[in-house]
Amino acid sequence: MFKCINSALAGFVIVMSGTVAHADAYSNVGRAATAQEIAAWDIDVRPDFKGLPAGSGSVARGQEIWEGRCASCHGTFGESNEVFTPLIGGTTSEDIQSGHVAALASNKQPQKTTIMKVATLSTLWDYIHRAMPWTAPKSLSNDDVFAVVAYLLSLAEIVPENFTLTDQNIAEIQKRMPNRNGMTQEHGLWDVKGKPDVRSVACMQGCNVQPHIRSSLPDAARNAHGNIRQQNRAVGPVRGVDTSTTAENSTHGNKSGQGTPSNAMTDPDMRGLAKQNNCLACHGLQNRIVGPGFNEIANRYKAEPAAVAKLVEKVKNGGSGSWGSSAMPAQRHVGEEEIKSLIKWILAGAK
Amino acid sequence: MASEVKTVGRILPAPENFVDSELAHEITTQGLNESRRGFLLKSFAAASAALASSAAAAETIGKKVLGGDPNILTLPEHSTTLGKPVVTNPYGMPSRFEANLQRRESPGLTRVSAASVSFAPLQGLFGIITPSGLHFERHHQGWHDIDPAQHRFMINGLVKNPKVYTMDDLMRLPSVSRMHFIECGANTAMEWGNVAVPTVQYSHGMLSCSEFTGVPLSVLLEDCGYDKKNGKYLLAEGGDGSSMTRTISIDRALDDVIVAWGMNGEMLRPENGYPLRLVVPGVQGVSWVKWLRRIEVGDKPYGTKDEAIHYIDVMPNGQYRQYTSIQECKSVITSPSAGQMLLDKGFYNITGLAWSGRGKIKRVDVSADGGKNWRTARLETPVLSKCLTRFNIDWVWDGSPAILQSRAIDETDYVQPRINELREVRGTRSIYHNNAIQSWKVAESGELSNVQVY
Repeated sequence: MFKCINSALAGFVIVMSGTVAHADAYSNVGRAATAQEIAAWDIDVRPDFKGLPAGSGSVARGQEIWEGRCASCHGTFGESNEVFTPLIGGTTSEDIQSGHVAALASNKQPQKTTIMKVATLSTLWDYIHRAMPWTAPKSLSNDDVFAVVAYLLSLAEIVPENFTLTDQNIAEIQKRMPNRNGMTQEHGLWDVKGKPDVRSVACMQGCNVQPHIRSSLPDAARNAHGNIRQQNRAVGPVRGVDTSTTAENSTHGNKSGQGTPSNAMTDPDMRGLAKQNNCLACHGLQNRIVGPGFNEIANRYKAEPAAVAKLVEKVKNGGSGSWGSSAMPAQRHVGEEEIKSLIKWILAGAK
Repeated sequence: MASEVKTVGRILPAPENFVDSELAHEITTQGLNESRRGFLLKSFAAASAALASSAAAAETIGKKVLGGDPNILTLPEHSTTLGKPVVTNPYGMPSRFEANLQRRESPGLTRVSAASVSFAPLQGLFGIITPSGLHFERHHQGWHDIDPAQHRFMINGLVKNPKVYTMDDLMRLPSVSRMHFIECGANTAMEWGNVAVPTVQYSHGMLSCSEFTGVPLSVLLEDCGYDKKNGKYLLAEGGDGSSMTRTISIDRALDDVIVAWGMNGEMLRPENGYPLRLVVPGVQGVSWVKWLRRIEVGDKPYGTKDEAIHYIDVMPNGQYRQYTSIQECKSVITSPSAGQMLLDKGFYNITGLAWSGRGKIKRVDVSADGGKNWRTARLETPVLSKCLTRFNIDWVWDGSPAILQSRAIDETDYVQPRINELREVRGTRSIYHNNAIQSWKVAESGELSNVQVY
């Protein structure tokens, strides 16, 4: 296989350049990567912990970081189902012994948490380090990541509350991961030459099928995706079925161009901007999700002349305590002008 | 609610532009009697005069025409006036009448739209190439529009010469252009248990197909002198906030993987990874890492988040299959399909798409009786490996209930299974890799809906 590809490549190069030998075929294309460049980007940590930097973090330190930077989306105990699926829950001390999460087989916990599934501790370290927190990825130090992972492990009762996770003891803790034996690579969907696990036969005439319908779309779901008529072409052999039998039913924010915004403050562009910047993940227009609804914010600040400047700062740098226990994380990915117009829109009664 | 529409019969709901809603409602609920038909024709003629260029005017209602079709008898504005000059739109856009065909989110599927999907409107697409603006989206931490002059691509790990390439470097190399489908591993995920979504856009729309241009990854690996003895797996890593990572076996990397910048004749769209993405033919979309910044050569798989927490397939015994990658042979009828209404009895062209992550499509069969009897469809050219194939077959609808299905067979002789055959092996909780035969019910009213029959 290798040989065959190599000779094909070599042949290709000769055709391209006439005489160039294959070793330096692409001269002057690309350059050597420096050691610092590789160190800056090569951040992956493998299941055998190859790539893990030195460092340590305690459960207590992890809890501090968690409450400031993680809890607003994941909940104080990693249990929240509001923004993302829950991280913690569904594992037992028996699972820690066996390395198999029993609830996965019994299906007693239909909402599967991260800790129920993940077999490799390296995955948690690697992903939190490269991608978290959500709006400011890669802003946690190595020690912060050790601490946050330690906190999560303590929530799942894999380590005690006074534990400090380090690059030296992490391999030992791997041996306590509840679902460490729950993965298999023995299947036909991985290897290039993998064999299918389901074999069907192409019967052509008089085939053995049950004539009745086993499942169909519930009537209640008919319009759950908006009016299907407006999702099909208006010419051709078919039309979309009109599912808007109850007139105003466009409940979700599809930018289908079908809406007819009437007054200036219902500007769909502003709603788009709020959605695009992920504001709507935590704030509803008329309801609380994780943070307050935009209507509540408008209400509280309507008489305050300096509200715009104050709220712009809050969005930029984050804040907590004004609306309950969930903190507002800093939104440094949003430009100042955008924040300002969003705040004005919210205070004017965002719709 | 549903039954109200079903009683409509095969009469097409009138175009909104010229029939007021009251009349439309009457027709919808009580059918089209002679007086309403007369009124309809009158409003149609009036509307045609006023709105000669509107799409609504192209409709012909019933067989009666007063002296002829006003679209013919009254010359439209576009035939009697000067049109717009060149470069009115320096980058052309679809007709304003095509606005219904958009990529759309499935409400409630995900809670954060920066880590979500949008579905391609397969119900209205022709041929096999997905228009770039309608290509489905799946982002793990939002998308960015990256300056290509500042984008860098690195190869390191088990290589003699770790290297950095600019876009200038990559685009100098000998490139290939190949057409391939890309399908999310979770396409059709919502149907593992029961019917859950109303149209083919939501059941199968995490599927697109493009011509990709780029340099074979094998060329770059060779250029860096990868370790042929110990290099068994690669890690592909994106440059977005999630720095999305996936493991790819070296056999696959050397087989047909492309480091691509081109899509359908232009650069990749930002939502699809501009300026650089991996193309991994036949493999689920999550491995086609977007905004590609790095490839590392290693000797073991990497167990990344999207192969240790997500994109793992749970079996009935609770065991997870890890690194599931290949998209097995699958097909679906795209028109007529669920959420659509046939205009009348008579001739129809049933059309759809077939694909296989293991090679070319060999045959597609179509059934109109829920799988009892099958006829073989015509495959349109080109028929390419790991690419969508368009199929068509004639069908005369006699007005009675029917159940439409398609079944694809690939060049390995693998037959697309029925949902019960899949469930026997994989249970109902797998989420990923549902390639079952899809059924669309045709009611007497002409309305099609999503059902499971096997």
